[in-house]
This record gives sequence, structure tokens and C-alpha cells, in this order.
Amino acid sequence: MILGRREALLGRLLLLALMVVTIVPFVSLFVTALHPAGTYPPGVSWPQDPQWGNFAAAFRAANMGRLLESTLLIVLGVVPASLLIGTMAGFALGQLRMPGHRLVFLVFVLGLTIPFEGVIIPLYYQVRDLGLLNTRWAIILPLIGLFMPFCVLWMRAHFVTMPAELSEAARVDGANVWQLFWRIHVPLAMPALSSLAILLFLWTWNQFLLAIVLVDDPLQRTMAGALGAFQGQFGTDIPLLCAGSLLILTPTLLVFFAFQRQFVAALLQGAVKA
Amino acid sequence: MYAVFVLRPIGITVQYSFYDWNGIGPSTWVGLGNYRRILTDPDLLGPIGHAFELILFFSAVPVVLGLFVATTIRRIATSRLAGVARTVLFMPQVIPLVAAGIMWSWLLSSTGLVNQLLSAVGLGGVTRGWLGDFSTALPAVGLIGAWVLLGLCTLLLLAGMTKIDQALYEAARLDGAGPVREFVSITLPSLRQEIAVCVTVTVIAALSSFDIVYISTQGGPGNSTLVPGLQVYYLAFSERHIGLACALATALMALVLCVVLPIQWFTREGDE
Repeated sequence: MILGRREALLGRLLLLALMVVTIVPFVSLFVTALHPAGTYPPGVSWPQDPQWGNFAAAFRAANMGRLLESTLLIVLGVVPASLLIGTMAGFALGQLRMPGHRLVFLVFVLGLTIPFEGVIIPLYYQVRDLGLLNTRWAIILPLIGLFMPFCVLWMRAHFVTMPAELSEAARVDGANVWQLFWRIHVPLAMPALSSLAILLFLWTWNQFLLAIVLVDDPLQRTMAGALGAFQGQFGTDIPLLCAGSLLILTPTLLVFFAFQRQFVAALLQGAVKA
Repeated sequence: MYAVFVLRPIGITVQYSFYDWNGIGPSTWVGLGNYRRILTDPDLLGPIGHAFELILFFSAVPVVLGLFVATTIRRIATSRLAGVARTVLFMPQVIPLVAAGIMWSWLLSSTGLVNQLLSAVGLGGVTRGWLGDFSTALPAVGLIGAWVLLGLCTLLLLAGMTKIDQALYEAARLDGAGPVREFVSITLPSLRQEIAVCVTVTVIAALSSFDIVYISTQGGPGNSTLVPGLQVYYLAFSERHIGLACALATALMALVLCVVLPIQWFTREGDE
């Protein structure tokens, strides 16, 4: 038992050490953000005169109000549509099993492995030909497509576990496919749907490559994309940059903390099934 | 939608990859010429090598470390520390990669915290601008990736561990197995599927890494941290070698499949 106790202690120490490593960058970012603008604060040190105004300055410099609006518009464009398509397709694959569903499934699984860089070049020309370059649609439409494999497979994993008796019972009661879907299966899929929504929100918020390639104007981009531009513009002003980064990453952390339980549970469930 | 924005672009990427095109003028058919260039030009082959080096950091480090962390958390599952650790370790996964890149490029800079600590423990001699040094830039980028992915791996492995039958451990204890033996003969084999998921996800992240590298080093110094994703971006959107960029993108997609499929097959077979 003594051995066990020493191990447990070692384990705890390792855990604490890793937690420190995880948190320190956040602390460093925060502390640095408080230094006077334009200085190069060495390492981590508490500034003599904390400049809380840096956050306000970064907020203004990055035009954060408009940025938030832009990101929310993109999120509103991407998430509901993805959810709807993902649910319907997932339902078709998981419950209806129409002819050819194996092939469709396989195509989506392959799509899951595609790096975004692999399709970014044709996407650029396609979006340009549609006349959508530099608009939010240039991010919304491709993102719906690119998230689709994940959404479909996620929802399929949920619908596959639903007992077939449920559908049969509804059919016996005279429900057609459409009613079966909306009245029976969608309400039951709510937990899976809401966790998918959270994931999609984060991924859209954090989407970078599409934003910098397809949209020049930072104010039409996603948060992460705008942060890239912000870095280019204020890269030399470290405190301001840190303040801006903090502003942009805080909402993601808040969402994470707020929905932590569902989030973690859902992620575990989904990943193992897929 | 899926067809228009994913399948069609994949097809076009492959199609463009056989041409020499600057994006504006007429294109000429060069057949496999672009691919030949990728295989012979060290400037293009290099990034692929870097991507594989990154796999070491993005996959091996988080998975191995994640195994230990998950084992530890499992053992102290009831205590409050376990819950807190789970949450904290997962934090890097939800923030934008761009923000992670900015954070770490500051920490690793010549006046950053990392060097401050090294000086404090008397290792002032090895301090440097980690991301600006030819020999350390790539490992430094890898470190950022490991930091981001550790939480995800820990969580996935932890989920797998909760499914292992406790009776197995009790039986092992009775047979006199120590903790190491337990870990090797029970935990590892039972987690095969979760480990496969972790490896798959992290390998894809490594091969298609873009955000972190773009923000922290932009591929430099020199080309020492250039990865295929970034190279595709540069070739297509600043140097206007569309055909070549598409060939590289195709190679990248093929590469991901080549690495991921065997992992999947391996675990599937193990299950039967």
C-alpha cells in the first residue's frame, strides 16, 4: 500500500505540473496584456501600473463590435443549416437505410479525413465565379459543406442506436416518414443535436484558413481570421496583441465552461462511435 | 452542398494538378510534371518531411502523455483534483489555434517566459528565440501542437478506461500483478480503439497543420518549419503556381489517407 500511495502522489504531481503548463500561457497572455502599450515586457512580471485600458483599446482597434456581429452572422448561417442537413442525412443513413446508403456513408467517412487545404484552391475560384468573394457567404457556404461529413456521421451515430421498434410503432399508428422524423426522432435527438451545435459554434468561430483566403476584409471574417489580421497590423505592439487575443478567446472558454458537461460527454460518445 | 463544396473541389484539385497555370492566363497540360517536381524539388519535399516530424509531436507526445494522465485521473477519480484537471487540460482545445499560436510565440520569444525560467535555473546558456532558430523552430511548433492536443487525447482515453471492467483489475491484483503490469496487460489492450481514434485525429491535425505555423513562424526561419498546408497556401495565393499547389494538395490528401487507413484497418482487424 505504501507503494500505491507514493505512486498516487507522483501521479498527482504530474497532473499538477501539466495543469500549470496548461494555464501558464493564459496567465502570461493576461499579464502581458496589462503592460503599457508598445513596450516589450520581459517574461512574466506584474506591471507596476496595470493598463486595464488596453482591453478597451484592443476592442476599439480591432473594431470588435462589428467583428462580433460578423462572426455571429456567420455562425447563424452555418450552424442551423448544418444541423438541419446533418440530421436529415443522418436519419436517412441511420434509420431509413435507403439503397446505396453504404456507399454514401463511405463517401462521408472519406470526407472526414480531408484537410481543408486540399480543397481551398478550387474553392477560391468557385466562390469567385459565384461572385461571393469577400462576402460572408464565402465562408458560410463552404463551411456548411466542409462540416457536413462530421454532422452527418455524428447524427447517424445517434440514429443508429435508436431502436427500430420505435419507428415501427409510429408507422403502425399511421405516421408517415416526415411525421416520424419530426415528431418522434428529432425530439429524441436533442442531446446529440445540442452538443453538435456547440462544437460547430466553436469550429466556426475558430475557422482560420477559409477566412484569410476567401475574405480580405477582416470585418467580414470569423473571429480567428480577424485575429490573424490583427496580428499583422499590431504584431509589434505585444500588449495590445495579447489583449486582443484574450478578448477573442474568452468567449470560446466561456462557452466551454458553460456547456462543459454536455460538451465533454458528447465528445466522448461521438468520437468513440465514429 | 456537400457535392458542390467538397467533392467537386477535390476533383478540380486533382484536375488542376496536371496543369501549369498561373490563375489568370491560359493553362498548359503538363501531365505528371507537377508531381515529378514535388518528388525532386527539395523545397517541396522538405515540407512533407516536416509534417512527418510534426506527427511525432502532435501524436506521440499527447497520446503517451495522455495515457499517463488518464491513468492517474482514473485512479483518483473521486477527488476534486480529477475533475478540475480534466477541465483545465481541455482548455487549449477550445480556444482558436490562432490565439494559441500568438500565446506561444510570445512565450517562446527571446525575452519570453521560457527563457526567463531557463535563466532562473542556471541554463541561461541555452536561451534563444526558440521559434527563430533553425534547429529548434520545428520542435517548438510541435510543442504548441502537443499542448493543444493533450486534453483531447486525455479525455478520449479516459472515456475508454471507464468502460474497462473493474473485475479485470481485481483479478490481476490477485495474481500479484503490479501497476505497470496492469497497465501493459489490461489498460493498453482494452484501449486499442480509443488509441486509434486519438492517433487518427492527431495525425490528421499534424499533416494538415496550418493555423499554428502560419501564426507562429510563417514557415521560417528559412523553410525550416514549412508544412504542406502552408506551402499550398503560399504556392497558390502568393506565387500563383496553381497547378503545382494543387498537386501538392492532392499529395497531401493522399498522404492523409495513406496514414489513416492502415490505422483503421489495424484496429478493425484486432477487433475480429
